[in-house]
Amino acid sequence: MAVFGGRRRSDDPALPPGQHLTESFPVLSAGPTPVINTHDWEFFIHTEDRQTHRWNWTEFLELPAEDVSTDIHCVTSWSKLGTSWRGVSLDTLFAQVTTQLDYVMAHSFGGYTTNLPLTDILGGRAWIAYEYDGAPLDPEHGGPARLLVPHLYFWKSAKWVRGLVMQHDDKPGFWEENGYHLHGDPWREERYGAWREDPYG
Amino acid sequence: MIPASFGWRSGTLSGARRLTPSARSLTFRVPGWPGNEAGQHVDVRLTAPDGYRAVRSYSMASVGDGDEVELAVARLPDGEVSPFLVDELELGDRVELRGPLGGFFVWRSGQAQCTQLIAGGSGVVPLVAMVRAHAAADDRAPMQLLYSLRTPADAFYADELGGFTATVPTTWHYTRTPPPGGDRPAGRLTEHDLREQTLPVENEPLIYVCGPTGFVEAVSHQLVSLGHAAASVRTERFGGV
Repeated sequence: MAVFGGRRRSDDPALPPGQHLTESFPVLSAGPTPVINTHDWEFFIHTEDRQTHRWNWTEFLELPAEDVSTDIHCVTSWSKLGTSWRGVSLDTLFAQVTTQLDYVMAHSFGGYTTNLPLTDILGGRAWIAYEYDGAPLDPEHGGPARLLVPHLYFWKSAKWVRGLVMQHDDKPGFWEENGYHLHGDPWREERYGAWREDPYG
Repeated sequence: MIPASFGWRSGTLSGARRLTPSARSLTFRVPGWPGNEAGQHVDVRLTAPDGYRAVRSYSMASVGDGDEVELAVARLPDGEVSPFLVDELELGDRVELRGPLGGFFVWRSGQAQCTQLIAGGSGVVPLVAMVRAHAAADDRAPMQLLYSLRTPADAFYADELGGFTATVPTTWHYTRTPPPGGDRPAGRLTEHDLREQTLPVENEPLIYVCGPTGFVEAVSHQLVSLGHAAASVRTERFGGV
């Protein structure tokens, strides 16, 4: 019988259950990387009273930005610790927005969506990031700008994000419709669609 | 659609064979496995004697009902799990599996659109499952495969793919060393190659691209540039771990 040794064991408390460390930055996407010119770029937040708040690229870069150093965790089981980003806090954007609804659907160029509770993107826990490691964000990693919600699995950090639509219920987005968990907390291993009955516990 | 299941199941290695010097086909018997669609993946969990665990995702080459799951694993030079699966795991050994996973990068037999598969290296694995599912289907639109690989010795499932020539023709594209007498020089796939060797835009194929990130980035951009709708290009990428 072959005995698995395992060379990368880590007691790093920053590593959630079932994750392993990587130095590289793998990509998880469902289709071609969209080509987005910042001249055409716009970010919006749409609310239940049909208000749409909009920022073009120039306006967006004028908003107060924050440097964020954080760990990221992909559902496919890699984690990367101490990544460096720069972007605008969702708190800054929502300071201009009035809504009574508790959920958002993030929309991306290319048509992909992911759902989030508002409480997960406010309170200094989420950003629209446009720099990675001191340089403009690469298109394959979501540039010109992506959502950054590092306390959830990384598919929630929607690449090529273009806007948020407030919604009444936590309606599933593209990835969640295709088998991923509705919420995606890596510390609770919310990887796959546990909103369905789990026959194996 | 077969529902995903979220618990871990024990799988016993019931069959294994070398595909290339650095890759191996592994078949596990997994009691209770619900079957899977073509293109889905599975998580594999290994546990060391001291309780340390490692989990990796692998695409399945197998498809359909039954309690056997076939993976084709390539050894990553600095890998933790793949060298163990490729070089050490013995018949009768057990691992744990969770799945099937993924509901988008799948091919279903009722699809009306014709299908173009494009593989880079070991990215051929989920596409082999699609070729197998196509062969088993009654009602099927045309399918073909473009397989980009370094040299003929790097081919996975060459004999089996050759056997499907009448229904799913495979075009072989070599990036380093073509076979003796090959009629095309080696090199990365270009837009010209894709135009010559894949289903044309006017046929409106559904296209599945799987391979390393750089390969998928390049090919999917070229496909969009040829005029294919981005929404008809489905991608699966790997690399870095």
